[in-house]
Amino acid sequence: MKVVLEAIGRGVLRLFEGVGRFFELLGRTLRGLVLPPYEIALTARQIVRVGVDSVPVVFLTALFTGGVLALQTFKGFQRFHAEGYIGSVVALSMLRELGPVLTGLMVTGRAGSAMAAELGSMRVTEQIDALVALATDPVQYLFVPRVLAGIIVTPMLVVLADATGILGGYVVAVQYLGANPVVYVNNTFQFLNMEDLTSGLIKSAVFGLLLSLIGCQNGYDTTGGAEGVGTSTTSAVVLGSLAILVADFFLTKVLF
Amino acid sequence: MTKAFGAKVVLDHLDLAVEKGESLVLLGQSGIGKSVLLKHVVGLLKPDAGSVEIEGEDLWAVPGRERDALRRKFGMSFQEGALFDSMSVGENIAFPLVRHTKKTKKEVAARVAECLELVRLPGIEEKRPSELSGGMRRRVGFARAIALEPQILLFDEPTTGLDPVTTDVLVRVIEEMRRRMNPTAVTITHDLKVAFTIADRVGLLAKGKIAIDLPPKEFEASADPRVAAFVKGDSELAPPDVEPAQRTGTAPPATPPL
Repeated sequence: MKVVLEAIGRGVLRLFEGVGRFFELLGRTLRGLVLPPYEIALTARQIVRVGVDSVPVVFLTALFTGGVLALQTFKGFQRFHAEGYIGSVVALSMLRELGPVLTGLMVTGRAGSAMAAELGSMRVTEQIDALVALATDPVQYLFVPRVLAGIIVTPMLVVLADATGILGGYVVAVQYLGANPVVYVNNTFQFLNMEDLTSGLIKSAVFGLLLSLIGCQNGYDTTGGAEGVGTSTTSAVVLGSLAILVADFFLTKVLF
Repeated sequence: MTKAFGAKVVLDHLDLAVEKGESLVLLGQSGIGKSVLLKHVVGLLKPDAGSVEIEGEDLWAVPGRERDALRRKFGMSFQEGALFDSMSVGENIAFPLVRHTKKTKKEVAARVAECLELVRLPGIEEKRPSELSGGMRRRVGFARAIALEPQILLFDEPTTGLDPVTTDVLVRVIEEMRRRMNPTAVTITHDLKVAFTIADRVGLLAKGKIAIDLPPKEFEASADPRVAAFVKGDSELAPPDVEPAQRTGTAPPATPPL
């Protein structure tokens, strides 16, 4: 019994330690955002890495998600002759929920893990120590460009995912299920309003912050050589994905 | 200063002063805390108790930005060079110049070339760190460390794992840097030949303290069993109060991030 309680206690302590460290690094990152020097070139490079390089994976994910959504909705809606509303369901689902969440998860897997691996390698090869010895704040130099890129680029990717998802739904509904293209397009936009798009974009900006900061944190706090880098990379993906799903619930509650 | 990692006290009320322009070499068995001591000097680690003073200024009593200003007085060379592998050799050496000076691109390029010449590696600005041998990486690390013309140089095991010829090249480069810049230097090494060549003073770290602190010739001739064990490389000569874990060497504790 004592052993179990000790294990639970250790787990809880580790959790609080991790959360505390997250907020400490968040504070240092926000301070680094405001104070010079401003790492414009580095931020631009990260925007390319996080954003441009993620376009193919986000495009394919959204395209097939929109398509499968149309297929599944058709099966369900057919039962009460509401096939005409497939377009609305696909668009609303993509804009409000699936676009931001799936993009967040895909970018976490692609860019969050890369951030953890890169910073982890820098930690174990003393490159981060070298930054400090060269009078450079590693949080400002390494975190700020990545987190800024995450916040800027994730909403852009979500716009792409929303559009691609709607396109995927359209292709499946019109080409495969035989829906009328004009009616489908009309239905797609009939029940949409600006808030559907903005709520998704606000969510995705928060997801961008979470996935990049968690990726950086896990890499930065790496210990134990090559094995440690592997562990950090895995943690960055697992914790980043969990954080996105938990934040999604609370943000949806607030934004609705 | 005192520093402990968990229950293991690595530095125990250690007291050490280095005079301006002096070259101090610290010896000690693996895992005894030499790297930990050097990391305290440049502020990579914070002591649990005590202080690190640079020209009378306490490194941890000043705000972060002023601490960075103090750090600019240092040039630190890391064990494996710690070069930024996302940059070329030239960009590595230019890094502190671009960040901390208002030099033009031309002036930066000229200083980079000058530093590379000093470490006997002219014209390799465009190479990537991955293309360099271990000895070259360390020399590029030296070049980056001296780019800002620091007053204090720190060398973390500059020759460990290198062949005798490359070691000799590195010692000559260190000598040349000292002759041209006359910096205060602190070097940690296991290599006695290196130590006796570049040191004005040789210190032996044992049980968290500077146990012996003598000029090179007196150090070499010392009858102290800890020195004898080290100089002759004979563990049987080590005094019995040295823990077995310290005799065989333990991995140095990982640097907890600041």
